[in-house]
Amino acid sequence: MTENTEEQKPTRMPPVVTLDAKFFWDHATKGELVCERCSNCDTFRYPPRPMCPDCHSVERDIVPLSGKGTVYSWIRPRHPKPFGFDEPPIAALITLEEGFRMVSNLIDIEFEDVTAGMPVEVTFVPTLKNKQVPVFRPAKG
Amino acid sequence: MSRSFKEAAIAGIGQTEFSKASGRSELQLAAECSRSACEDAGIDPKDIDGMVTFTLDNTDEIHLCRCLGVENLAYTTRIPGGGAAAVATIYQAMAMVNAGLCNNVLIWRAMNERSQYRFGQPIDMNTAFAPGGGTGSLLWCMPFGAQTPATWESLASQRYMQKYGVSNEDFGRVSVVQRKYASTNPNAWFYEKPITLEDHQNSKWVVEPVLRLLDCCQESDGGVALIVTSLERARDLKQKPVRVLGACQSIPREVEVISNYYHDGDLAEMPEAKGTAKRLYEQTGMGPEDMQLAMIYDAFTPQVFKQLEAFGFCGHGEGSDFVKDGHIEQGGKLPVNTNGGLIGEAYIHGMNNITEAVRQIRGEAANQVDNIQNALVSSGMAGAVLARD
Repeated sequence: MTENTEEQKPTRMPPVVTLDAKFFWDHATKGELVCERCSNCDTFRYPPRPMCPDCHSVERDIVPLSGKGTVYSWIRPRHPKPFGFDEPPIAALITLEEGFRMVSNLIDIEFEDVTAGMPVEVTFVPTLKNKQVPVFRPAKG
Repeated sequence: MSRSFKEAAIAGIGQTEFSKASGRSELQLAAECSRSACEDAGIDPKDIDGMVTFTLDNTDEIHLCRCLGVENLAYTTRIPGGGAAAVATIYQAMAMVNAGLCNNVLIWRAMNERSQYRFGQPIDMNTAFAPGGGTGSLLWCMPFGAQTPATWESLASQRYMQKYGVSNEDFGRVSVVQRKYASTNPNAWFYEKPITLEDHQNSKWVVEPVLRLLDCCQESDGGVALIVTSLERARDLKQKPVRVLGACQSIPREVEVISNYYHDGDLAEMPEAKGTAKRLYEQTGMGPEDMQLAMIYDAFTPQVFKQLEAFGFCGHGEGSDFVKDGHIEQGGKLPVNTNGGLIGEAYIHGMNNITEAVRQIRGEAANQVDNIQNALVSSGMAGAVLARD
């Protein structure tokens, strides 16, 4: 599995940073997986948005996530070759422990060895423009 | 007289040739297909008073009006959601006519989507979350190598495969059927070019383990247009009217187009198509058993399975057997995408599947199905029942 390491120059595309999601990528770049949660009713908002869909409060707290989850679905994009990757990555939907899905990559595992529901944990990889994004690897233990 | 939801009709259809390099501007394609639809209906283009297209269409309303000599436009609107807009254009036009706001609604979609830009290739990061695309969360996919429509579709459809034990070969049977239809449709890019399941299985992987090249729709250049008017008026025009018995959109909570991973439901299902089916069947008092044809948005083969199931033509997870048993073929229980669909005929963003339903109902299709009274047209987030008058 070819992944960017700190010794190599990153080639991965950086995230598009919008005002409403800047907190997510800023924390990811610091190696932290976070989500916004409604200050009024504790509903998680993912993908981020400025208003709670349940109580319509615009107040929110940035809270850390456990970084643990399970594999929901996984694919390997072959054609055309994705920008920023020497070898096709494993793109996956991860169901986070907190109950919502996130698109990411699986690393440190062969495509053929991935199974539905397998436990994974977050780690971070660098991108162009000195940012980091969360990716997932098989959970230890 | 009072109006009801049964009084709009499609009076005319038009199109350009479908190619990989049109050699002219998208505006010209839009103007040519619009002119053809007016000629087909028997109306003067200058009398168009309503216009509907996709947010993603590049042709400006005013430029098109200047080509057509439109004299007094009353209403314009655009539909979000990429290809999900396709059947929603019929819904809008029906509503405009039924509200008494317009007499001659032009729907058009024109694209040089092969020669000028590539819908199937990784998209520009800055358009990944443009308003109106209906796919605002695509930016959450891009850094992870999920950069094309095929990858976004596959993240959900791989779950479908897991849940129901469906293989890529199962998906391939949809392509084989549709390419068979295309092979006898002179308008189709793949006219006289049928494929076998072996050809499908030998085509290269686009996204493992979901989509091979022959599971994907084409990238095409071309334009398609329709004229919608009231049923009573359509009866006085040149063609046999095709009634719009009902049409609707459905966008359930947290649902978005294609990168549709954030709703609470199982990704093996399409909640938007289930919502469309429910609303459409309630609106028309009809059910799947009333349809003799289904034209289903087929950007990728798994979407055909999921929509067949959402509209109740078979149970969840039964799409594979429904196709394997021959039900979607000529002479089957429910012929599907009889022009070859977006896979076999052309990808004019779903609109050429609607014009095929019109041809079938008029009795003018290349692969004519016998005794069609009602046809379902679906683009997932929108659907319509078209019917013979």
